[in-house]
Amino acid sequence: MQYAPTVNAMIKYTLIPLLPFLAFIINILLGRNFIRDKAHWVAIPAVFGSFVLAVSAFIDVANGQVINIDVYSWIVSGDFNVSFGFLIDQLSAIMLLVVTSISTLIFIYSVGYMHGDPGYYRFFAYLSLFVFSMLILVMANNFLLLYFGWEAVGLCSYFLIGFWFHKKSAADAGKKAFIVNRFGDFGFGLGVILIFLTLGSLDYMEVFNRAGGIAGQTINILGTDFDLITVICLLLFCGAVGKSAQLPLHVWLPDAMEGPTPVSALIHAATMVTAGVFMVARTSPLFNLSATAMNTVAVVGGLTAIFAATIALVQNDIKRVIAYSTVSQLGYMFLALGVGAYSAGIFHLYTHAYFKALLFLGSGSVIHALGDEQDMRNMGGLKKFMPQTYKVFIIATLSITGIPFLAGFFSKDEILWRVYQQGDLGKFLWFLGTAAALLTAFYSWRLIYMTFHGKFRGTDEQEHHLHESPPVITVPLWFLAVGAVAAGWVGIPPILMEHGDRIGEFLAPVLGHAQGHGSHAEEYFVIAASIFVAVAGWLIAHRMYIKKPEIPAQLGAKYQPIHKLLYNKYWIDELYSKVFVQPTLKLADKVILGFDTIVIEGIVNGIPALIDSFSQGLRRIQTGLISNYGLVMTLGALCMLIGYMVFSG
Amino acid sequence: MTVHQLIFIYFAIAMTGISLLVVTRRNPVHSVLFMLVLFVHIAALYLFLNAEFLAAVQIIVYAGAIMVLFLFVIMLLNLRREETEEKFHRQWPVSAGAVAVLAVFFIMIVSKIVVLPALGEYSIDAIRSEGSIMTVGKVLFTKYLLPFEIASIILLVAIIGAIVLAKKSTNS
Amino acid sequence: MVPLSWYIMLSAVMFSIGVFGFLARRNLIIMFISLELMLNSVNVSLVAFSHYLQSMNGQILVFFVITVAAAEAAIGLAILIAYYKNNPTIKVDEINLLKG
Repeated sequence: MQYAPTVNAMIKYTLIPLLPFLAFIINILLGRNFIRDKAHWVAIPAVFGSFVLAVSAFIDVANGQVINIDVYSWIVSGDFNVSFGFLIDQLSAIMLLVVTSISTLIFIYSVGYMHGDPGYYRFFAYLSLFVFSMLILVMANNFLLLYFGWEAVGLCSYFLIGFWFHKKSAADAGKKAFIVNRFGDFGFGLGVILIFLTLGSLDYMEVFNRAGGIAGQTINILGTDFDLITVICLLLFCGAVGKSAQLPLHVWLPDAMEGPTPVSALIHAATMVTAGVFMVARTSPLFNLSATAMNTVAVVGGLTAIFAATIALVQNDIKRVIAYSTVSQLGYMFLALGVGAYSAGIFHLYTHAYFKALLFLGSGSVIHALGDEQDMRNMGGLKKFMPQTYKVFIIATLSITGIPFLAGFFSKDEILWRVYQQGDLGKFLWFLGTAAALLTAFYSWRLIYMTFHGKFRGTDEQEHHLHESPPVITVPLWFLAVGAVAAGWVGIPPILMEHGDRIGEFLAPVLGHAQGHGSHAEEYFVIAASIFVAVAGWLIAHRMYIKKPEIPAQLGAKYQPIHKLLYNKYWIDELYSKVFVQPTLKLADKVILGFDTIVIEGIVNGIPALIDSFSQGLRRIQTGLISNYGLVMTLGALCMLIGYMVFSG
Repeated sequence: MTVHQLIFIYFAIAMTGISLLVVTRRNPVHSVLFMLVLFVHIAALYLFLNAEFLAAVQIIVYAGAIMVLFLFVIMLLNLRREETEEKFHRQWPVSAGAVAVLAVFFIMIVSKIVVLPALGEYSIDAIRSEGSIMTVGKVLFTKYLLPFEIASIILLVAIIGAIVLAKKSTNS
Repeated sequence: MVPLSWYIMLSAVMFSIGVFGFLARRNLIIMFISLELMLNSVNVSLVAFSHYLQSMNGQILVFFVITVAAAEAAIGLAILIAYYKNNPTIKVDEINLLKG
C-alpha cells in the first residue's frame, strides 16, 4: 500500500542521505585548513541526524506507509527516463536502520581510533561520503540510482582502503579491491542495461510488474539460446559476487584489511559488502522467476561459506581471520537468498552487522593497544589488560558461533532450517552450512584464545604500553554488544515462540514467505545440530589452544600439505596473478613498446617537429630589415600591377 | 614643338637627373642640397600649373623647414663613418630591377589614359580673376574645413611627439 | 601645350627613383629623403591633374600631403635620434631588432 507523500515526508527522506553528504562537502572543503581535528563535530551530528530520521522512517513504514517518491527527474532522453527517487519500504527501512546505527557508533569509535592522524578530516569526509552513497544505494527506487550508489560505495571503499596511501601495501590493496570489483560491476552494468533493453524501464516497480511478461523468453548469446530472466539475474548476481566478496571474486576483501579498522568494520563487514545481499533481495521478484539463477546463488553462497571458513582456520593476522569470517557469513546470506528465504538472508545481514562490527572494532581496540600489531602470534594474555574488550569479544564470538539466544543463533538457524527444507540440494547445502558453522566456532574461539589467553608473546615494550582503550572506543563497543545479543530477538522461530519471527513477517510484503515444509522433528534436529557444532567447535578450540597448546603445531606438521594449502588461501591470489595480472602486464608492456612509443609518441612528437621545421623555414623571412620588407612590398605592388595589366587587357 | 614643351623637357631631364643624384650621393649633406635644388624646380613647375600658392608653400615648408631639419639632424649625428662604407644595401640590384619594371609599367599605364572626366569650375580664367590664394583659401575653409582642423591636430601631435622622443630621458 | 601624360610620366620616373633610393640605400637619412622624394613626385602629379581637370581638390590634397610630410619628417627624425642615442648607427642593415 502506498500513500502520496507529503512535502514534509519528501524533505525528511531527502535529508537522510543529504546530511552525510553535507558533512562530506564541509569536511573536504574546509577540513584541511579550518576544521582539522574537529572534523567529527561535523560528521557525527550529521550521521546521527540521519539515524534519527531513519528511525522515524522506520516507524512510518511500520505503520504501513510505504513510500515511493521521485525527488526530481534525473535523466530524460527519449524513452530513457530515470528519476532521482526513493523507495522506502520494509526492506530499505531495515537497511536504513542498520546502516545509520552502525555508522553512528563507528563514527564515535573513530574519534578515538583515528585520534592524531594527519588525515583525520579526510577520514571523516570519506566516511561521510560512504554513508551518503550507501544510503542512496539502499533508498534508490530504480536500477540506475542503485548503480550510482553501488559505484560510489566502491569508490569510497577504494579511498578508505588506501587511506594510508604512503604504505604501498595499502595502496595496492585499494587498487586490488577496485579492479576485482570491476569484474563484478561489469556484469552488473550489463544486467542493468539488459533490463532496460528488454523491459523498457529502470524503475523497480515497473520492472517487477513487467518481469512476468518476459518469463520464458530467450536471448541469443554467441549462437546459443539462454533464458532471458536467468541471464539478467546472473549478470546482476555478478555484481553481488564482486561487491560481497563471494567465490571467485572474494580475493579483495582480506586485503582490504589494510585500511583503518573502523573502515573494515563499517564498510568491509557491516554495510557495503552486504550491498550484494541487499541487491539480490531487492530484485527478488526477478530471481523468483529463474530457478537456475536461484540455485547458482545458493551454491555459490554455500561453497563460499565453507571455503572461507577453512582458510580462516589457519590465518594468523587477527583482522584477516575476521575478514574470512565475513566472507563466510556473506556466503550464508547468499545461501539463504538462493533458497528463496530472502527475509532470513536479510535477518542474518542485520544481526551479522552488529556482531561483526563488534568483532572488528574489538580487534581494532586490541591492535590500537599493541601499537598496530596485527599478528596473533605476538599477542596472548590480553584478558587482564583489556577486560572490557575481552568481554565484548566473548559476546560477539558467542553470537557469531550461534550459541542459543544470542543474535547469531537465531539468524543462522533460520537460514540452515530454510536450506534444509529444499530437497536434496538443500540437504547438501545444509551440510556445508553446518560444517562451516563448526569451523566458524573453531576459528572464532581460536582467535579469542590466541589473543586473550595464555601468556603475552609480544615485546616487552608493547607489554609496558598495554592499556584498556578509552571510553570513546569502549562505549560504542558496548552498544554493539547489546546489538549482538538482542538483535536476534526479533526473529525467534515460531517453533520456539509463537509470532516470534517478527522480522520475517515485517519483510513479507516485500520479500514474500519462504517456501518449503518440514516437520517439527526435523526443525528441532536442525537446531540441535547447529548448537552441537557450535559447542563442539568451542571445545575443540579450547582443547587445542588452552589444554594442549602443542597440538596445533603437531597437526600442522602432520598434515603439512593441507596446512600449506589453507595458509596460502588455496593459492587463488597466485593463480589470478598468473592468469590475469601477469599476462595483462606483459600485454601492456608490448603495447607500450610497439604501439605507444612508435605510433602515439610518433604523432605527439611528430606534429610539433613538423611545425617547428616549418617555422624554422618561416622565421628566415622575418629578417628585421626594413629594406627587405620594402622590397617585398614593392614586388607585391608590381604583382598587382601585372595582374591589372593582364586582366584589364 | 612649342616653347612650353621645350621648357618642360628641360625640367623633366633636370629633375630626373637631380633625383638620381639625390639618391646616389654618399654624403647625406650633398643629398639634402640636391634635394633643395629639386624643390626649387618643383616649385617652378607648380607655377606652370597655375598653383602659385603651392609653389610658395613648397619653397617655404619643404626647402625652408623640412630640409633644414634634415640638415640639422645630419650635423647633430656627425656621421663621419658613413663616408668610407658601402653606400648601397646588398639587395640593391634586385631593387633596381624591380623599380625599373615598376617605372615601365607606370609609363605604360599613363599612356593608356585616354578619357578624362568632365572639367571642373576652376578654369585658368576663373583662378586668375580671383587670385590663386583666395581660391585655395575659399575651398580650404569651406569644403575642407574639418580635414584642415585635423591637419592642425596632426601637426600638434607631431610637435609633442618629436619633443618627447628626442629629449634626453632624465630618469634613466 | 604640354600634354598631361608628360607630367604624369615625370612624376612616375621621380617616384620610381624615390623607391629605388628607399630600397637600395643603407643610410637611414637618405631613405627619409627618398621618402620625401616620393611624396613630392605624387604632389607633382596631383597638381598636374588639378590643373588639367580645372578642379581645386588636387591642390588641397597637396596641401595636406605637405602637412603630413612635415609631421612625418619631424617624428621620423626624432625616432632616429632616440635610436641613435642607444645604438650609434644609422645603417639599416644593422638595425634588425625585429629579427625572427
